[in-house]
Amino acid sequence: MSEKIISKFFDIEDSHTIEIYEKHGGYETIRKVLKQWTPEQIIEEVSNANLRGLGGAGFPAGRKWSFIPKDSPKPKYLVINADESEPGTFKDRYVIDHYTHGLFEGIMIASYAIGAHKAFIYIRGEYIRQTERLVEQIEAAYEKGYLGKGIFGSKFDLDLIVHRGAGAYICGEETALLESLEGKKGWPRMKPPFPAIEGAFHSPTIVNNVETLAYVPTIIKNGADSFANLGSERNGGLRLYSISGHVKNPGVYELPMGIPLREIIYEHAGGLENGNGIKAVIPGGSSSPILTPNEIDVNMDFDSLAAIGSMLGSAGIIVMDDSTCMVRALYVVTRFYHHESCGQCTPCREGTGWAEKVLKRILDGAGRPEDVDNLVEIADNIIGNTICPLGDAAALPIQSYVKKFREEFEYHVREGKCDVKGQ
Amino acid sequence: MEFCKAAKTECDKIIAKYPEKRAAMLPVLYLAEKEFGHISPEVEKYVGKLLDVPPVKVHEVMTFYTLIAAKPRGKYHFQICRGLSCDLKGCVKIIDYLSEKLGLSSDETSDDLMYTFTPVECLAACETAPMMQLNEDYYGNLTKEKIDDILKENS
Repeated sequence: MSEKIISKFFDIEDSHTIEIYEKHGGYETIRKVLKQWTPEQIIEEVSNANLRGLGGAGFPAGRKWSFIPKDSPKPKYLVINADESEPGTFKDRYVIDHYTHGLFEGIMIASYAIGAHKAFIYIRGEYIRQTERLVEQIEAAYEKGYLGKGIFGSKFDLDLIVHRGAGAYICGEETALLESLEGKKGWPRMKPPFPAIEGAFHSPTIVNNVETLAYVPTIIKNGADSFANLGSERNGGLRLYSISGHVKNPGVYELPMGIPLREIIYEHAGGLENGNGIKAVIPGGSSSPILTPNEIDVNMDFDSLAAIGSMLGSAGIIVMDDSTCMVRALYVVTRFYHHESCGQCTPCREGTGWAEKVLKRILDGAGRPEDVDNLVEIADNIIGNTICPLGDAAALPIQSYVKKFREEFEYHVREGKCDVKGQ
Repeated sequence: MEFCKAAKTECDKIIAKYPEKRAAMLPVLYLAEKEFGHISPEVEKYVGKLLDVPPVKVHEVMTFYTLIAAKPRGKYHFQICRGLSCDLKGCVKIIDYLSEKLGLSSDETSDDLMYTFTPVECLAACETAPMMQLNEDYYGNLTKEKIDDILKENS
């Protein structure tokens, strides 16, 4: 049985309450931090732990925090990205539901480290029950003096505010999120300036994912090395893997960074339903380039997946068995990115719609001989030509599905039907 | 068009949380939706006044996001997921079945304002695919029988 940090709270009754959290050692770390640690020491510890940005970008968390200018007279903000929307990803919901105060403790430590006295949790609009939970538990923390003026009897003030989004995938992109937080439509900003210099309300801001912050208390409590050693080189600790699709036991599994994908699928998620074989696997949310069965021995960390031309992203694994039509799968994915394209950049706005249309006509048996090449060309023209990564997120699946399953696409176009059994 | 006293107090409390008034846009729109049922052009104007922004800036937000109602919605709002994991697990049949049962096509509301039917993109509960959201709650591992039961409980 491997070590668990966050998920051990998943099965504890009322683990979201202060009482139960404290019974398991909760809030001991922030108390110590406020008395004994300097912000610089915290940033160093988190850097040494090799904690990466677990929203999907994988940027080293400690380094991100170090970008906050020390001499700025402006207020600083911590913004927690709970806009969990990458298809195939559902881990942050578990953190919010079951490790509520662990997340808060991480927020407190991070706020102290960057000198923020106001933190905002931006949560996706559909998570109504999770919003209620956060609001209720924040109130409980205020009542105890764990939030507000002079938290835990220290001189450090911290307000925590829940901000509910309203149904836009793009707001998971950090600068779109900041625009949305400011009351505008979620159009991503050009970078630089990066949020650490000019983020929310023109002030230095750090945006961190829920899961990233939820690991912070444990890092400070047990030390950087103990966390780093749980994972692989430069990829510290554990990670919450979401797995869905054609597996026997879909769910969230907390396992080491760098664990082989095959092990997650077969040993933890119980293998495939109905004894079917694997046709393809998405390793890190629907935007990550797809893998074929001979690629699933890859280690699940940011660097190993990048090395084989895919990405770990949000660690949302979707398994497709051999009854899956890859044209249909790509159509569904592309329809999503078209629906969610914010419309700011032409290549993404037009390209995603065009690709969706082409895929639909191939599926409907009306594909044209040039369609398969056209799809690739559309994707090539989106990549690198947009302000934010949504364009790439739409284009990477198109490129990889067509490259790895080209014959299936061509068969569809040529015969006007699917060659997969059961379709 | 104005908030009642309690809603106005709530609104002032929301605005006070933010460094800038305009940042209260989404929470104030949610509050207005609760108070007025949906966000009509008049409500947009009123919210603009509360937040010191021109009505067009409120309208821009309303047309960008999908969750806040711009027109009346049914008492029961079915948002059924059509994302990839749900698609792999056969959501198309469930979506068609629910649509037929409700007698509604995509994005339609019944005349008696009881039901609204909206197929939506990924709701981040792929482990329970196929799934949907009915008002505040998620319902997973949907089958036709389960849809029947849910409809019986919510009518």
